[in-house]
Amino acid sequence: MEHYISLILKAIFVENMALAFFLGMCTFLAISKKIEAATGLGIAVVVVLTVTVPVNNLLYNSILREGALEWAGLPNVDLSFLGLLTYIGVIAAIVQIMEMVLDKYIPALYAALGVFLPLITVNCAILGASLFMVERDYTFGESLVYGFGAGVGWALAIVALAGIREKLKYSDVPEGLRGLGITFITVGLMSLGFMSFSGISL
Amino acid sequence: MADASAKQVLFEPIFSNNPIALQILGICSALAVTTSLNVTIVMCLAVIAVTGFSNLAVSLVRTQIPGSIRIIVQMTIIASLVIVVDQILKAYAYEISKQLSVFVGLIITNCIVMGRAEGFAMNNPPLLSFLDGIGNGLGYSVMLLFVAFFRELIGAGSLFGFALMPTVNEGGWYVPNGLLLLPPSAFFIIGLAIWGLRAWKPEQVEEPDFKMSRHTTKEAF
Repeated sequence: MEHYISLILKAIFVENMALAFFLGMCTFLAISKKIEAATGLGIAVVVVLTVTVPVNNLLYNSILREGALEWAGLPNVDLSFLGLLTYIGVIAAIVQIMEMVLDKYIPALYAALGVFLPLITVNCAILGASLFMVERDYTFGESLVYGFGAGVGWALAIVALAGIREKLKYSDVPEGLRGLGITFITVGLMSLGFMSFSGISL
Repeated sequence: MADASAKQVLFEPIFSNNPIALQILGICSALAVTTSLNVTIVMCLAVIAVTGFSNLAVSLVRTQIPGSIRIIVQMTIIASLVIVVDQILKAYAYEISKQLSVFVGLIITNCIVMGRAEGFAMNNPPLLSFLDGIGNGLGYSVMLLFVAFFRELIGAGSLFGFALMPTVNEGGWYVPNGLLLLPPSAFFIIGLAIWGLRAWKPEQVEEPDFKMSRHTTKEAF
């Protein structure tokens, strides 16, 4: 249990997807102008990550990894080079399925997420989490916890940034720095703040 | 005009329409690999190759793709190209591919590749699309190399791994600024670079969301 708590805290704060690994930056900068939009996108990312990372973990461990096809009588086959294609396919498919399920059963949430759901397919944070999962050799349980933690960390970062930007628009920023420039510097300062968590180990 | 437009397509993205500074594309996988110039150059070459060839491939099949599944087709083309690049790197530059870790794979979701495939290659002939891909890859590389130059020089006192300013640890005089090797510095450098670029090309400045109005009451006095 302790192991999982440590993993989740690490995923949220120490190895924050957006601020420590720069993942999902495009959407992070583009959709962080309003808190409501940022919150919607954040929730969508948490849900998608919590589903896709474990599913990719299952696929990797039972089909792609070297020797994983032993049950099919092919002990020498190594399909790990197909990994990238598989993960992105899985992500695109799951996002599509989630869209349909939400539309049918939880229309309120579907309406709230709106256009962000399909956008998530090309969010690097999603693919990044799957790749990290493979690189670090997580078990199924770990990958579930990691996916959730990574999502929460990303959501936290984007909501915080949106909060800052909402205040920032009343300030008098130098001309060339306006918009994208000042946002980068704000994110840099936030990232500096999050680095203070890096000493934490459970 | 064909020549002029080809040249324009190739060079415009480098400064005037830089994918990172202006289009907000491809920042995702970019910043983490800029701590040293060697790694950055490999990453840049990988991205240029992928954007160029994915644009070419998408443009070649653009009339055959049904509109409703074009995203999946583009994604498959891009993912296959990235797999090729990944395997080549693992075979010939294993050390660097270890340092790049997951970021080579993340070229798939790099918005530059997808954005150019969707925005340019779908409506333009193959050769022009190929040049557009290369140009955007170059624009991305210029920004990345700029960031990496400062991060490696100030953070570690070296360029391409050669020590220019001998650090204190090795008996020299330069006290390296460790912050430059950490994530926040990349954000600062890009922010400042954008500022510089917009000071040079003022037409890129964004409109303010709000304008300060003049004081209408005399309370302040």
